[in-house]
Parts: sequence; structure tokens; C-alpha cells
Amino acid sequence: MGKNIVLETRDLTKKYDGTTVVDHLNIHVAENEVFGLLGPNGAGKTTTILMLLGLTEPASGSARVFGFDSTRESLKVKRLTGYLPERLGFYENLTARQNLRFIAWLNNMSDEEAERQIDQVLEEVGLVEKADTAVRKFSRGMKQRLGIADVLVKKPRLVILDEPTAGLDPEGINQILDLIAGLPKMDTTVVMCSHRLYEVQRICHSIAILANGKLMVEGALDDLGRDALAGGRYRIEVETAEASPQLVEIIGKIKGVNNVEAEGNFLHVTTDSDLRAAISKAVVDNGVALIQMKVQEFSLDDIYKRYFQEG
Amino acid sequence: MITIIRKELADYFTSIRCLILFLLVVVASAAALYAAQQGIRGTGTESGFIFMGLFTVGGAIPSLATFIALLVPVIGIALGFDAINNERSTGTLNRILSQPIYRDSVINGKFLAGMITLAIMIFAAMLLVAGYGLRMIGVPPAAEEIIRLFIYFVAVVIYGAFWMGLAILFSILFRSLAVSLLCPLAIWILIGNPVFNPYVSFVVPAVTDSIGTSLMLLRISPYWLFAEATAALLDPLFRGLGILTVSDTTGMLLRPLSLDQSLILVWPQLTALICLTVICFAVSYVVFMRQEIRAT
Repeated sequence: MGKNIVLETRDLTKKYDGTTVVDHLNIHVAENEVFGLLGPNGAGKTTTILMLLGLTEPASGSARVFGFDSTRESLKVKRLTGYLPERLGFYENLTARQNLRFIAWLNNMSDEEAERQIDQVLEEVGLVEKADTAVRKFSRGMKQRLGIADVLVKKPRLVILDEPTAGLDPEGINQILDLIAGLPKMDTTVVMCSHRLYEVQRICHSIAILANGKLMVEGALDDLGRDALAGGRYRIEVETAEASPQLVEIIGKIKGVNNVEAEGNFLHVTTDSDLRAAISKAVVDNGVALIQMKVQEFSLDDIYKRYFQEG
Repeated sequence: MITIIRKELADYFTSIRCLILFLLVVVASAAALYAAQQGIRGTGTESGFIFMGLFTVGGAIPSLATFIALLVPVIGIALGFDAINNERSTGTLNRILSQPIYRDSVINGKFLAGMITLAIMIFAAMLLVAGYGLRMIGVPPAAEEIIRLFIYFVAVVIYGAFWMGLAILFSILFRSLAVSLLCPLAIWILIGNPVFNPYVSFVVPAVTDSIGTSLMLLRISPYWLFAEATAALLDPLFRGLGILTVSDTTGMLLRPLSLDQSLILVWPQLTALICLTVICFAVSYVVFMRQEIRAT
């Protein structure tokens, strides 16, 4: 993963009629990662996105996308960025292809390039057969997929997706998530808003959680998960044939192990880093059969809950 | 911007709305042609402008000029009333604005595309009447008549653009299609329609008895400006737009004015019309550019 920061905000603030909707927001998105922007309804996610694209002016602070100021150089930002709004709209009387062609033209694509690009993105979202059907005949899910195609047709370096899986059936969700997860390989960074935590957990590398316009937390998903679950430590679950007190003592002495608890044949080991190799060696060296061992999985629910209980 | 004009035009020409408007224009032209056929005999002989009679002569059925004065505002309003708020409510406005285009090219494009559509409709109606009229009366138009008709055509397009601009302004201000349609229609009924115009027939006479003041007040109405301008353009015998006393008219020769004299007569009206249109567009432009896109 690249370390280049392609999108950053500095104390980005927005007020509507005296209410602060986005409050001194500082987020950073690295190149070619999938970044999840989370938060309850009304947290300021969409407003943040509108400011990133220069569609709305911030009250104070600034946002930079690929080094361009979002407010003053919004045209350059919008040339590189594709945006899928939460409520997406198409010209209902035009076909899918005509809708995409219009966007391609607005991006100054030549006719051949536009057609090639349209064919490719329709293929990617699985709408090739519907290319020449009027959009008013599309189902909600098809429109959503056309929305993704619409974002990709301009060959963006960054895509901002607001609820990209809303209204899709489970199969459709999987297709779209796979598609989104594949974008970083094609040199496209993704910023995605979603309420469905498991989706975010599945494809996002980093997340930021917003509440009432303020940033609650930002960081890589793995770090945050461990943080939420065990105060930044690893929890390793070890199942052995026989958990003797002696074994507990030996494991407890391994460097980096903080705590060992025995529960039947299970040992719950809390460590500072991933010590699975050292633990398994200690178990086997003691002549005890090791049945299984795993690092306890956290879920984004844990992270989310933690920050909202605190907040 | 060209792309937006292109798309808007394609939209207009494939829409049922435009089809209906075109039908309306064709029916009006046919009716006006019929009226001209009934009434044209014996007219225009004193001025020598027979061909132009096709556009101005009417009897029980009004002339094309009357039809146009009635229809053009309606066409303008019909073309403009949903320009922005419809795109806003379907979500396409955000989609366009997140593309690398200047924000004003959206409204400029819409305005220009509407004007082109309007111009094509009026041009079609006039050509229709001119063509069939030519067959009917067999008198070719003089060069001056063609120039007068062309200036008339330009005036009509500007007049229509005024109403379209007004409708676009309301479509920016209001989110509801019904409101943005009714507002310009209400204004049209109050001060802009030629058939029954409360402003012209009640308000102005009630406010003042003086002819001078009432003329000034009447000229606030874009309809009145348009009516005066076109009257002088289409009728070379038309002498004065202000007050003509008996002493002014006695001894006045009933000979047609030359083109440049007619133009001098209507120049203030034309300028005022252009001004109104520009103001309408400018206000729309400013409001649109300042309007914030909000997360709703």
C-alpha cells in the first residue's frame, strides 16, 4: 500500500445557519487504499464529501485532494474524482449508455474513448445487456450498479462512494464489494460511506468515525480493532489436549505475554504482539498436543460501539 | 457547455412537451393563414406591403402576430419552468455538478438550448405561413419586408427568452414544480397576456387619468413593450407610440415609414425588452451560483 496521502483535510469546518455540521475535521487517506467514513445519520459525512469536491464551501479549514485545494481548484479535483451520491439520479428517458456518454462528454473524452470506456464499465458492473434500455425501466439495484459505472467511466484516480450498496440484494452487494475492493489494484483510491459495518470491515483498510461533525477516531482497521477489544493487545486463544498449571506458567514467562487465563482446555493469552509461533513452540516443547490456536477476531461492531458508548 | 446544450436540445426535441408545443404552433400558423386568406384582399394596397399582411391581417380569427404574442410567453414558460428544480429533485444536478465543469455552464447551457428551441419553433411557424402564403397570394416579399420580418423574429425570440428566463428563475427559487409553473403563469396572466390583461385594463386606468403617466406605467409590462415594438415593425404605417394630438395628425401623409424610421420608433422598446431579459437571466445566474448544494 502506498504511503502517499492523496486526500487530507485540515480543520475542515462547515456551519449551516449557525449549527456546526462538520467541526475541525482532520482525515487522511493514503493512495490506493479503501477508506471507510462511518458515523450515524447526520454526522456530517455527506457534507464533508461535498466540501471535498468543492460543491460546498467550508466555513474554515481546507481540504486537499491530490494536492489541489478543493475549494479553489475544484475543477481539477473533480477531473480526478468520481462521486456517487447517496441519492443518485439519472435521466430516466435516456438509456444507460446515453447517460454514461453524457458524463464522458462532460469529462472531455473523445467519442471513441468514451465508447470504449462505457463498454468496459458496463461490463464490470454487469449491465452490458441493459446498455440500451431506458433507465426508467431499471430496478433500484440496476440503477445502483449503473451509478458505480457512472463513477468509473471518467477513469478516476479517487472515487467517493456514498452508500454504494444501498438497495441491493445480497448477491448484488457482494458483486459491488468485490468490484470496490479491486479498485486499488487499478490505481484508484476509494473513500466509502456506509452504515453496514460488516461491509466496511470486509473491504476497508482504514476508517474514520464521525459523530456530530467531529472525528472520533481514525486509523487502520486492524489497529483500531485490537484497540477496541483488548486495549491495543492481541488476544490469542489456544486449545490444547491438557492445560496444566505448569503450561500456564511457562507461557506466562514468554517475553511479551501479559496475561494467561486457563478455562478448561482453553488458554486465553493476552500479548503485545502476535506471539503465536513462540506459544505453539512452548506448548509442544512441554509435550502437550496443540489442537488449535487463533488470534481472536474483532468486529467493527466492537469498535463502533466502543466509540459511541464513550461519546 | 456545448455538451450541455447538445444534451438539452436532444432532450427537448424528444420530449412530448415539445411535440405538443410544436403542434400548437402549427395549428396557430394554419389558423392565421386561414385568417389572412380571408382578410388579405384589399389590404396593404396603400402601403405596398402585401406580403407582410400574411402575418398581420386577421378577422374573426386573429393574425399570426396576435397568435405569437399569445403563445410565445407560454412556450417560454413551458420550456423553462422545470429547468433546475427538476434536475435537483431527480438528483441529476448533483451528478452533473460533480463533473469537471464550471457551474455556470449548466445554467448558460439550459438558457441557450431553450432559446434555440424557441427560435426554431417561431422560425418554423413564420416559414410555414410565408411559404403557404406565397403560394396563396403569389406576391413575393420585398427586401424590406424580409428585413422587417427578421427583426420581428428576433424581437419575438427575445420576448420568449424573457418569459423563459423568468420561469428558470422560479425553477431555481422553488423546489416544487407546481409552484415554479404557477408563479410565471400568474405573472403572465396579470401583466403579460394580450387577451384579458388586468394590468392594462384595470390597474393602470385606476391609478392615473393622464395618458402620459399611464403609458409609462403600461411600458413596465413586457407585453406592452412587445406589442408596441411589433406593431411598428410589422406595420410601416404605424406612426407613433406616444400621444398623438389632432394637430399632430392633421396633414400627416399616410405613407409608410422607411425601415430606419420604424426602427428608431421601436428602438427604446426593443432595448427595454432586451434589458428585462438580461436582468431576468442575470438574477437567475446569480441566485444559481450562490445557491448551496446541501446534504439533505
